[in-house]
Amino acid sequence: MRFILSSTALLALTLSSAHADWLQFRGPDASAVSTESKTPVDNLKVAWSVDLPGRGLSSPIIVGDKVFLTAASGPEQATLHVFCFSAADGKKVWERSLRATGRTMTQSKTCVAAPTPCSDGKRVFALYSSNDLFAFDLDGNLLWLRGLTYDYANASNSLGMAQSPMIVGGTLVVQSENDSESFTAGIDVNTGKNLWKMERPKAANWSSALALKEGVVALQSSKGITGVKAATGEVVWNYTDGASTIPSSALGGGTIYAASNGITALMPEGGSVSQLWRNEKLRPGTASPVVVGSDLFVINNAGVLLKADTKSGDDDSKFKLRLKGPFSGSPVAAGKRLYIVGERGTFQAIDTASPEGSILQEIELTNKDSKDLVLCTPAIAGGAVYARSDKKLWKVE
Amino acid sequence: MKLLPFLLLLSSPVWADLATSLDALRAVTKEGQGNEAATSAWSSVSQAKASEVTKLLAAMDGANPLAQNWIRAAVGVIEDREGKTLPVAEVATFLKDTKHSPEARALAFDLLQRHAPDEAAKLTPQLIEDPSADLRRHPVAKLIEEGEAALAKQDKDAAAKAFQQALNGARDEDQIKVLAKQLRALGKTVDLPAHFGFLMNWKLIAPFNNSERKGFDEVFPPEQKLDFSATYPGKGKDAKWQDFTSTDEYGKIDFNKPFGMEKEVVGYAAAEFISKEARDAEIRMGCKNGWKVWLNGKLIFARDEYHRGAKLDQYKLPCQLQAGKNTLLVKCCQNEQKETWTVEWEFQLRICDATGTAIASAK
Repeated sequence: MRFILSSTALLALTLSSAHADWLQFRGPDASAVSTESKTPVDNLKVAWSVDLPGRGLSSPIIVGDKVFLTAASGPEQATLHVFCFSAADGKKVWERSLRATGRTMTQSKTCVAAPTPCSDGKRVFALYSSNDLFAFDLDGNLLWLRGLTYDYANASNSLGMAQSPMIVGGTLVVQSENDSESFTAGIDVNTGKNLWKMERPKAANWSSALALKEGVVALQSSKGITGVKAATGEVVWNYTDGASTIPSSALGGGTIYAASNGITALMPEGGSVSQLWRNEKLRPGTASPVVVGSDLFVINNAGVLLKADTKSGDDDSKFKLRLKGPFSGSPVAAGKRLYIVGERGTFQAIDTASPEGSILQEIELTNKDSKDLVLCTPAIAGGAVYARSDKKLWKVE
Repeated sequence: MKLLPFLLLLSSPVWADLATSLDALRAVTKEGQGNEAATSAWSSVSQAKASEVTKLLAAMDGANPLAQNWIRAAVGVIEDREGKTLPVAEVATFLKDTKHSPEARALAFDLLQRHAPDEAAKLTPQLIEDPSADLRRHPVAKLIEEGEAALAKQDKDAAAKAFQQALNGARDEDQIKVLAKQLRALGKTVDLPAHFGFLMNWKLIAPFNNSERKGFDEVFPPEQKLDFSATYPGKGKDAKWQDFTSTDEYGKIDFNKPFGMEKEVVGYAAAEFISKEARDAEIRMGCKNGWKVWLNGKLIFARDEYHRGAKLDQYKLPCQLQAGKNTLLVKCCQNEQKETWTVEWEFQLRICDATGTAIASAK
């Protein structure tokens, strides 16, 4: 009996390690850093691509051997799609198409399928700019749904919303922060009902939360960053020196590298947060910063990758790597590599370890005549990098 | 004689279970109320046979958009599992019955397009006057193709006829824009304000104070009483009513024109609308300023978002017109922003039915 149990446990462990997960926007804890031991190789190729029927800039997420993605189609982008593809070959496993119950108006560059879905490994939660929120199991069975603008009629942004949801424990944290009826809610993953709902600054916001220790999420807004217990909505600390509403902050070793007045390093501890350093020269453009080891990387508005020391905030004057932008998506990291895709479809693998930084590899994902922009942040799982445009989803490995 | 099998079917436990489950989906409402019951009910509904799909479609009638999505998802599962055995004739019959909800009929058409494309194509021309704006898109698109084909053959009369027929049926801006351009190129007159139902004639008054955006909530005299002969102390000058007729074919009512490019100000616009009968209608607003709209003294909606963009039908506001005179009052707030893209102090408003068909004022 003991042998059988041990074998079962071993099998489960083996299966677990064989499965690759990237469960939300910017992966584990929204840090944008892969925690898997298997990292992408240095000679990457497009393993497969699939055509998509509608627009989207949400990232794919990966749960085991499945890739989940959202899109929106139709003249008003009112048809909301959730796709499940096989990670192995890109074959569609299932698709669900529902209708937007909230407003689908967005600025022309962004789109309705802008927030990235998230998963707790058992379920997929898909949110759209229309504030429609769907929960499916991994086999495509609908578990519950919400229409957050149907519930709260002024919760919308005429430019479009893009904040991605996040799961902490049994709570789905959903941000709907805008100029009018601005809120963040903790939603029961089992029922779709509110556990809590808090008013947020009345200002359009496209930044997404970070997951910190002890079930705390860091909510960023124009006012600053607020630490909130995901289970209860209780505010545990508040940094009030302002922050960006477009790039999100980075996370490394428990420190928040906030997109605030350049970059401001914040250490949350218990019920307070302290400032470690500030570097106003490090100004992220649209892309969010990322921490690799002891280095912080920022892409500025000119598309130049900058490096700074996470302990001191001092920038490395030698490290200024011009990338092929412009960028709407953010870099993600595995090992010492960064991966990002420029809007015009140039996938770039970057070596962060060399003194001045270097682009190891470029892959042109799109046909340059297609005007198919790549606006997403990639995902990393199982040694592969995934990216999408309005028209295609790619697996690069 | 045919009633008996239907009654037997209704009384059968299987259908009763399906009906009960569909009721649970239809009971879902705001803030997740009903979600738990719907979760298990959906599991049952999604196991319905393909032959029962029109029962699911019928359950969308009168259901709220959330419930419709629950049912839509179940139809998707049935389609995945048994798409080849869908009862195409029944689905077509369902589609033809305009008493069913536009959303359910649009889903029925989608099913036909995927599983009986010939039948869908055959039915398409009949949808040009459909209550569903979504369904109208299909025959309009076909007529645009026909008109363009006629143009390619230099047959301008045939092209104009196709484009005009298409415009008469079109309710979506993207198609209407194409058709207006084609018809005008052929020398035809297109009255877009009439087609959309924009209210073009208003009385305007401004400027009231909106410093620190506080004017959005402040109740200025026009909200208490409409006295078009009155003069009120405004922001830096007197506020007086004046007539304004829009010359914009998308019905923009631009406060900057009569009052200058003011900042941190509030303006009001009032209009009369004569309805032949008491009826359901929609007020459709496009506005990038803070705004409120009242119909016959009742606040319909208020929105305090500034300069994030405006478009036709940005806000669809169901309302009830009374027979005879109806009074519309719009509050339009300009904020403090100075950027070039924050100059606009305007709105557009049209009155139509749920399909988007203009309702013209009786005078």
